[in-house]
Amino acid sequence: MTRKKKKQIHEIIMYIILILVGFLMIFPLIWMFFASFKSNEEIYGSISLLPQSFSWEAFVNGWQGIGGNTYTRFFANSALLVLPTTLLTVVSSTLVAYGFARFEFRGKKPAFALLLSTLMLPNAILVIPRYSIFRSLGVLDSYMPFYLLAAFACYPFFTYMLIQFFRGIPRELDESAYIDGCGTFRTLVHILLPILKPAMFSAGLFQFLWTYNDYFNSIIYINSVKKFTVSMALRLTMDSETVVIWKNVMAMSCLAVLPVVVLFFFCQKYFVDGIATTGLKG
Amino acid sequence: MKKLKISHNNMAYIYLLPWIIGLLMLQVYPFVKSFYYSLTDYNPLADPKFIGIANYVRLFTKDKEFGKSLAATIEYVLVTVPFKIIMSLVIAMLLNKGRKGIGALRTIYYLPSLFGGSIAVAVLWKVMFMDQGMINAFLNKIGIGTISFFGNPSTALPTLSSLEVWQFGSSMVMFLAALKQVPSSLYEAAEIDGASKVKSFFSITLPQISPIIFFCIIMQTVNALQNFTSAFVITQGGPLKSTYMLGLKLYNDGFLYMKMGYASATSWVIFGLVMIFTLVLFGTSRFWVFYGDED
Repeated sequence: MTRKKKKQIHEIIMYIILILVGFLMIFPLIWMFFASFKSNEEIYGSISLLPQSFSWEAFVNGWQGIGGNTYTRFFANSALLVLPTTLLTVVSSTLVAYGFARFEFRGKKPAFALLLSTLMLPNAILVIPRYSIFRSLGVLDSYMPFYLLAAFACYPFFTYMLIQFFRGIPRELDESAYIDGCGTFRTLVHILLPILKPAMFSAGLFQFLWTYNDYFNSIIYINSVKKFTVSMALRLTMDSETVVIWKNVMAMSCLAVLPVVVLFFFCQKYFVDGIATTGLKG
Repeated sequence: MKKLKISHNNMAYIYLLPWIIGLLMLQVYPFVKSFYYSLTDYNPLADPKFIGIANYVRLFTKDKEFGKSLAATIEYVLVTVPFKIIMSLVIAMLLNKGRKGIGALRTIYYLPSLFGGSIAVAVLWKVMFMDQGMINAFLNKIGIGTISFFGNPSTALPTLSSLEVWQFGSSMVMFLAALKQVPSSLYEAAEIDGASKVKSFFSITLPQISPIIFFCIIMQTVNALQNFTSAFVITQGGPLKSTYMLGLKLYNDGFLYMKMGYASATSWVIFGLVMIFTLVLFGTSRFWVFYGDED
């Protein structure tokens, strides 16, 4: 009995720790939301979480953006950058992963080793030469650099992730398709893709997220304000005013993280499955 | 029959074609070119002139910023990576017990990691930790007084690190998945042998999930070595260059002052650090990473 009681107390303490730490984790985001309703005077030197009044003024004013470019434009720009990049990444990574996972071609071992080593190749070392390549191609200040990198499978993380998923699909499926007279491409599209769909969706989600959050590559390849993404606009808003009205910035920050949060709540399973499988067998 | 098989396998090259082009044009070529640039005075306005190792000499002997950049970068890695790994491991162990309401908690712990290098959360950190911000209001309330988080060289880097550590969720999810794979028969056997919980953690749990821990440490180290956004948005490298991490120095030298040859040399220092950290980790891995069940 005492032992059972001790165990119960132990459980309760664990729960309290988990909930307290959980609260600390989520607190900044909650605070950010409520800060969208607070004047600068209210933000400065105050610990109260709730604002004195709720008015959506900051969302309306913040949305006006900078220099005649509203957040309508910045969100549209982000979509124009992120959606094609995501789509191209998924298509190219799937094709390449298929090549690696299902064929015994010459040079497979060194090719796979190269793929793995590019996984650890820091972006920092490639960014200057890539900048000059894209400059000589005349595609700077557009989203083309992102599209090209995606179309040519330069995100080895996703290729590697999809190879792992392919390996989980029994080869007998391919073989029976060949016997039925399917070529390799039809085998991929009709037999393997339906099984692979959740994995491709996971890869797409992560690429969506990373491209949407990306800032470093965006400020290098894009420079005119009318092509700015949401991230770039946020940073510009914060720096362009002499007295920053924080609630406008906080309101736009809330809207900026909203797509990520919504996507996460609707597709949680894919996030968790995707990330779990990548690491396993690594 | 044999002929058919060869052509079948050669199909692979068609599927690999995008990757082969991308690898050569957008990865290998820039990689080599970057080293060449680092030996030149390259800027986008003129043809690069070969200057040997002058950029590196300047970095290591004349550039006063560089030493601070290097120190800040290494400190950032050594603080954030272990913190993130330990946090993820502890929380994953606590969540793995099949307690009620785990799903909601897991979501909450995971959520911040999805914002990655997002500007929105960097801005949020800046507002929360500024001198008149909410954190300082709280510290004043409990009698500690105002701490100038971004005004003081000794607190600026830890504050940026806290933003990174906040996002430990992705490795936690990986650990959770790995913990589920550990065969429960191992724990049962240990219990029969009378092993304590602590003992079975160190001799069963840790070795079983060590490949994932290893993978996470490597990936997080590579990322942390290139950190840019938080330093750029929150502190601009200050105060007194205490947060002037190499990623930021690379950007400022290369894209603000257009000294791209010099910035390329910095990028090779980042690469050198990636290599050193990875080699050290791989070197130690045979003592603690356990590859038991290769499939």
